[in-house]
Amino acid sequence: MQTLNVNGKLREVEVEEDTPLLWVIREQIGLTGTKYGCGVAQCGACSVHINGELKRSCSIKVSTLKASDKIVTIEGLSPTSSHPVQKAWLDLDVPQCGYCQSGQIMAAAALLAKNPNPSDPDIDAAMTNICRCGTYQRIRAAVHAAAGMAKSAGPASPASQAPKA
Amino acid sequence: MNNNAIRDSSTNISRRRFLVASAAAGGGLALGFHIPFSFAAAETKTAGEEVTAWVLIRPDDTCVIRIARSEMGQGTRTGLAQLVAEELECNWKNVTTESPTAGENLARKRVWGEMSTGGSRGIRTSEDYVRRGGAAARIMLLQAAADQWKVPVGELSVSEGVITHAPSKRTTTYGKVAAAAAKLSPPDPKSIQLKDPREWKIAGKPVKRLDTSPKLNGSQVFAIDVKQPGMLCATIKACPVFGGKLASYDEAKIAGRPGVRGAVKVNDATVAVVADTWWHAKTALDALPIVWDEGADANQSSATIAQRLEQGLTASEAFASRNEGDALKAIDGAAKKVTAVYSTPFLAHSTMEPMNCTAKVSADRAEVWVPTQNAEASLAALSEASGVALEKCEVYKHDLGGGFGRRGGTQDYVRQAAAIAKQFPGIPIKMIWSREEDMTHDFYRPLSQCRMAAGIDENGKLVGLHVRVAGPSISGYLTPSVVVDGRDDRQLQGYYAKPGDAQLGYTVPNLLIEYALRPTHVPVGPWRGVNTNQNAVYMECFMDEAARAAGADPLEFRRALMANHPKHLAVLNAAAEKADYGKPLPAGVYRGIAQFMGYASYSAAVAEVSVNPQGKLKVHRIVLALNCGHPVNPQQIAAQIEGSVAFGLTAMLYGEMTVENGRMKQQNFDTYEIMRLAEMPKVETVLVPSYDFWGGVGEPTIAVVSPAVLNAIHAATGKPVRSLPLKNLSLV
Repeated sequence: MQTLNVNGKLREVEVEEDTPLLWVIREQIGLTGTKYGCGVAQCGACSVHINGELKRSCSIKVSTLKASDKIVTIEGLSPTSSHPVQKAWLDLDVPQCGYCQSGQIMAAAALLAKNPNPSDPDIDAAMTNICRCGTYQRIRAAVHAAAGMAKSAGPASPASQAPKA
Repeated sequence: MNNNAIRDSSTNISRRRFLVASAAAGGGLALGFHIPFSFAAAETKTAGEEVTAWVLIRPDDTCVIRIARSEMGQGTRTGLAQLVAEELECNWKNVTTESPTAGENLARKRVWGEMSTGGSRGIRTSEDYVRRGGAAARIMLLQAAADQWKVPVGELSVSEGVITHAPSKRTTTYGKVAAAAAKLSPPDPKSIQLKDPREWKIAGKPVKRLDTSPKLNGSQVFAIDVKQPGMLCATIKACPVFGGKLASYDEAKIAGRPGVRGAVKVNDATVAVVADTWWHAKTALDALPIVWDEGADANQSSATIAQRLEQGLTASEAFASRNEGDALKAIDGAAKKVTAVYSTPFLAHSTMEPMNCTAKVSADRAEVWVPTQNAEASLAALSEASGVALEKCEVYKHDLGGGFGRRGGTQDYVRQAAAIAKQFPGIPIKMIWSREEDMTHDFYRPLSQCRMAAGIDENGKLVGLHVRVAGPSISGYLTPSVVVDGRDDRQLQGYYAKPGDAQLGYTVPNLLIEYALRPTHVPVGPWRGVNTNQNAVYMECFMDEAARAAGADPLEFRRALMANHPKHLAVLNAAAEKADYGKPLPAGVYRGIAQFMGYASYSAAVAEVSVNPQGKLKVHRIVLALNCGHPVNPQQIAAQIEGSVAFGLTAMLYGEMTVENGRMKQQNFDTYEIMRLAEMPKVETVLVPSYDFWGGVGEPTIAVVSPAVLNAIHAATGKPVRSLPLKNLSLV
């Protein structure tokens, strides 16, 4: 039995110690927004935050985590899907199939938490997850838009802009 | 109920009987195109009134639009809903969608027509009947209001789902009259006058997708996320050598492992482990001793395959698809002769969501929860693999985590899941392939080689062109009976004489286009863009080589051959104009241009690249112009074009599956790389619709991406690139 802190809740899980965190999140805890893409930390579909750091959960053995480690999955990013990154993703119609987007959003949120105003080279360096649909152009635009939203004073307006044709 | 409605109702019954009889004669699940001819409503389990098969309206004015095609990111759900809503005249804010199942479509004599979603056909081959489905509902809703008010229907108007009778200043809404409308007889579809697309208010507009929100917070349930009570998980291994067999496996070696319920034979070449969780199944399968009978092809390699294709380029026998004038003689007698041999490799689809399917099979019922581009093919595969009659099978389609042609007709993964589940009666089995299994057991984009020869006269005019493509055939592999004596036009997609679909945009007085079928043991299938991608590389890179030999500008050289192809030319010109073709670029930046046609749409691109002294390529900008006839959602078309650039560049830069000892060498994204954000160029979309045809969007634009970039590289380095991917080459 092991205790994990996932999205602010303590969860007891009973798994072999070499089980990857990804599969504990998906199969024991039942949160399926975190995706399996490659299993070898190449694609980033399984990205989560651990103590605020972006991590690829497919390659983290669950036994390396303590109950004090704060794990945040896409489901825990914002209780109302109102994180600036989620709002920017909606405004710019970023997702196509959507399968990689949990990981993309977690990567963008981690970037902005450390660097509220990233340059294009900063985005190039931080956003390394694979999107097979090729939404990269809108991801870049949405990271900039989210940075702008987070900077603007007061609660961001929910009014969305029409995406560019 | 008034007399009018009673009479309509009785007419409706006899009409439905007629329709049922005609549909039965048409043969329910027969392959090929099927045009739905009935809008007849049915009782439905969804709350609300089904006015036509396409439109269900709830008392609160919610309009539920039925979408038969699959959604895999390409935006077809939103586009089709826009087309229905346009004719329905409902309020777009009240629109939601739902997807009929394949079983419902079968039970209702294919009232929703074809469900298959591939070949960039989702909108272009259903636009007519879905618009009529929306219009028929509008007509019935207006008639219901007219009946209620006892006024002529011609005195009514409708806007955003609110019906107005101006003379009496009365208004009502779709939600209030839907129940009465549902009892009326639908109008004859042929009598319906559809709107001129230039008057569209919802269709043709850059509205946002209807399906984004659940993709932002983890709530979207992909098939890989399905949970069923009592569910077990499975994963499979198939013989690594294509065509090989499963000889034996030692189940006792994994018997004591946690959660394991057993190892089962799936088919002649495949074994599965079933366990309580996927991780338990996967680790047990990795530990399972398996003996393969690798068969006759275990000695095949990329080198042996390449030799076979090379032989195809010069063999005396080949299928001549086009033979106009005398190309060989014209080239022989020309002032200048240019030749080049090109090659492109096998490619894997690599959908981000690996192959998976959840199946539950008992003696008299079989169900699957599945990402599928063709729910009816899934239904047929399920019935066949489970032995349960079609009518007792059901397919619950989940939006796909990528399709790209992998999840269309073949349905190998549905057969496997059904075969496993049949051995655990009544228990839902979620089968998920590992990424390694997904990458090594695909139906690959076929590799090919192409020999090009051109003759150029003393005036720099192209007088003869000989194209010889050699390689395996998709149709020859998947449906061998349709390819007789190697005659396969499909492998020459984009080189056709016939207009309308994938016509070559050049007129050459002496033209010979040939195909030499050279099958391999590697499974091949459609891959987004299918044969246009590699055929565009061959034709468009060679056009640049021919232009150089002729001493002409590549754009002018092409224009001189395009007088008979005004639509191809208009798109090429639009791309050139937007990209300021001919105007100076910053030092070290070079342009390349390309045009091609596929899926009834015309595409052209201009790429701007630089190559640094170390040979490192940077693609700065791609201007991509498209004429798809009627654009249904311009911002989603732009999204497809942006994505097509990433898809095309990935193939050009990195894409290559190689064969060693009869099996695929690359197993995951560390060796089969996918382009990342840092390499994404700025993409500018130029839509130049001509509003006189319906073309596809998801695939056609990929074809021009690589040749435009390769031609720019040629301009930058002075050396042509003739073999992909670039990762194998030095650009210094």
